Amino acid sequence: MYDAPNLGAKVDQKAIKISAKNCQVYYGDTHAIKDVDIEIEDKTVTAFIGPSGCGKSTFLRCLNRMNDTIDICRVEGDILLDGEDIYDKKVDPVQLRAKVGMVFQKPNPFPKSIYDNIAYGPRIHGLARNKADLDEIVEKSLRRGAIWDEVKDRLHSPGTGLSGGQQQRLCIARAVATEPEVLLMDEPCSALDPIATAQVEELIDELRTQYSVVIVTHSMQQAARVSQKTAFFHLGNLVEYDDTGTIFTNPRDERTESYITGRIG
Amino acid sequence: MSDATVFPEKKPQGPKGSLLVQDARTKRRNAAESRFKVYGMLAVATGLCFLVMLLWAIISNGTQAFSQTFVTFEVELLESKLDKKGARNIDDIKKVSTFGYTPLIQNSLLKEVEARGIDTPLSKGKDMKAILSASAAAQLRDFVIANPDKIGTTHEFRFLASSRVDGYLKGRVTRDSIARDKNIKAAHLDLVDGLKEAGVLKKTFNWSFVTGSDASDTRPEAAGMGVSMLGSLFMMLVVLGLSLPIGVAASIYLEEFAPQNRWTDLIEVNISNLAAVPSIVFGILGLAVFIQFAHLPQSAPLVGGLVLTLMTLPTIIIATRASLKSVPPSIRDAALGVGASKMQSVFHHVLPLAAPGILTGTIIGLAQALGETAPLLLIGMVGFIASNYPEGVMDGFVAPNSAMPAQIYEWAKRADPAFYERAWGGIIILLVFLITMNIIAILLRRRFERRW
Repeated sequence: MYDAPNLGAKVDQKAIKISAKNCQVYYGDTHAIKDVDIEIEDKTVTAFIGPSGCGKSTFLRCLNRMNDTIDICRVEGDILLDGEDIYDKKVDPVQLRAKVGMVFQKPNPFPKSIYDNIAYGPRIHGLARNKADLDEIVEKSLRRGAIWDEVKDRLHSPGTGLSGGQQQRLCIARAVATEPEVLLMDEPCSALDPIATAQVEELIDELRTQYSVVIVTHSMQQAARVSQKTAFFHLGNLVEYDDTGTIFTNPRDERTESYITGRIG
Repeated sequence: MSDATVFPEKKPQGPKGSLLVQDARTKRRNAAESRFKVYGMLAVATGLCFLVMLLWAIISNGTQAFSQTFVTFEVELLESKLDKKGARNIDDIKKVSTFGYTPLIQNSLLKEVEARGIDTPLSKGKDMKAILSASAAAQLRDFVIANPDKIGTTHEFRFLASSRVDGYLKGRVTRDSIARDKNIKAAHLDLVDGLKEAGVLKKTFNWSFVTGSDASDTRPEAAGMGVSMLGSLFMMLVVLGLSLPIGVAASIYLEEFAPQNRWTDLIEVNISNLAAVPSIVFGILGLAVFIQFAHLPQSAPLVGGLVLTLMTLPTIIIATRASLKSVPPSIRDAALGVGASKMQSVFHHVLPLAAPGILTGTIIGLAQALGETAPLLLIGMVGFIASNYPEGVMDGFVAPNSAMPAQIYEWAKRADPAFYERAWGGIIILLVFLITMNIIAILLRRRFERRW
């Protein structure tokens, strides 16, 4: 008797964080993303999978307007974050990116100290009033990035001196330091070895409790391991979007099935 | 059967033959490779050979300019000649021109010769004047005007010897070569030998070559690089002050902010082409724009600096853009990803990483500008400029001056071989500056080079 309302509450909790409607992306004359409609839930890991060049990274970069830096890129349709159109003329991409953090394929720490890597975002957004505040943010972010114990004794040594896996977790910590609401990850583990990958995946699972995480991955196993929802892209189309379990066990579309069983892609 | 004639029979060791025997193809390839290496080494050796010859020529010809022959003797500063009224009124003293001082020096030299017991057919002081530089009288006059209280006393002076005497000590002037020289006779050289033996006449290191000003055609022994060095310094200040900020700002805009379209492509091509424009073209542009149109003073380091700025800008822009380009895009992404604005990502992350490259480019651009002569010819920074040290900083920018390479050019075209020697010496000074700048560039690059 008590189960039913609880289930209902659970569904309500998963509010829609980002929703794209009829989204088109063009690179010059190339139509890279075609008619994508997707609703990304809050406090959920959503995985984008698909063969190379299918547009999953392009779409991910639309979500925090990183594509603005590419002159020939053009985005049409609506992408709403909490119901607000992020491509509205009034939106400053800088403000948007403070809300929607990003982690990149290749670990890219700034060639500065570990401390400065984390502190940079809070500094430019004015999140810390004094040094103590900043110290606290740095520690909190490094803990959230699951790297605090490894670097707490060398906060002032360069971030580029860390191993690949540590660098990537540092980048994740840097991304969460600005208190974003959504975390976009573009193949965060493709440059890492299996052990570092496992650490990052574990971290992603923890991050789910606070953020909406969107991850692009080439590894279907990774998508199956870390995500709750999976979207399959093919040739610029969003072919199928459903619970991860459904996608991997009972896909509706023939193309999805071919891809996850290894027949295409 | 026909197959056997076309393809040679395979050796029994295996399908490709023994590894211990080089086949013809491998031999040919190896031979080509060693030939290429020999060409390379020959090219490098030729280059080194020329470098050694250049350095040898510069050093062997130029070091002479750093030593100079001086004659040291006492001069009696006769009150009857220098200050007839005896009132030590500076205006009265100034009325005595250098012609008034010449007999004093000549007579004192004669006395010195007699005192040392040097045997010479030259019995009058007037005959001995060929030994001393024409600047001796002016030197004495300057001293007296600066110290009027010394009139009436006897004081020891170190006068420059004339360029012929100096050349005789350096081996440039010989007894054969003076046969048709009206300026000096064999008797003078005998006297010089005597004075040298007595220790009155000596060849020593000559600081005034480094610090002094240029001198007229008749007294090469007094000419120095100092004033033109200051001219170069003021020009470089103008070049650095203008071309670094303008060049860096322009490169940042073009590289990071400007949209990619036909206009920026056009600008890009033009900047690259500007770097290849002959410097004399910049000179005529400077003449037309800065002097004829804007009426800035002629021959001024300010104008020279402006012209050289135009010339240096493409170099700095190209170097800066290259070093901005070499900053990995992942750094820009990282900065944008944490919510930095474009400007913040450039100034906080990209620019510091590009700084060593920018500095190197700037210093190399400056070094290039420092050695540039052609544009200076057109704006009048060449030719004998009766130069003195500028009076203050403002004067340094606007007073007529020369520059080091222009000074060298000026000396090289004068007739007296004594100037030729100074041209080589000037090149040594210029090269020291250029090498220092390049070393600074290398050190900066080493110091700030960071890995990511």
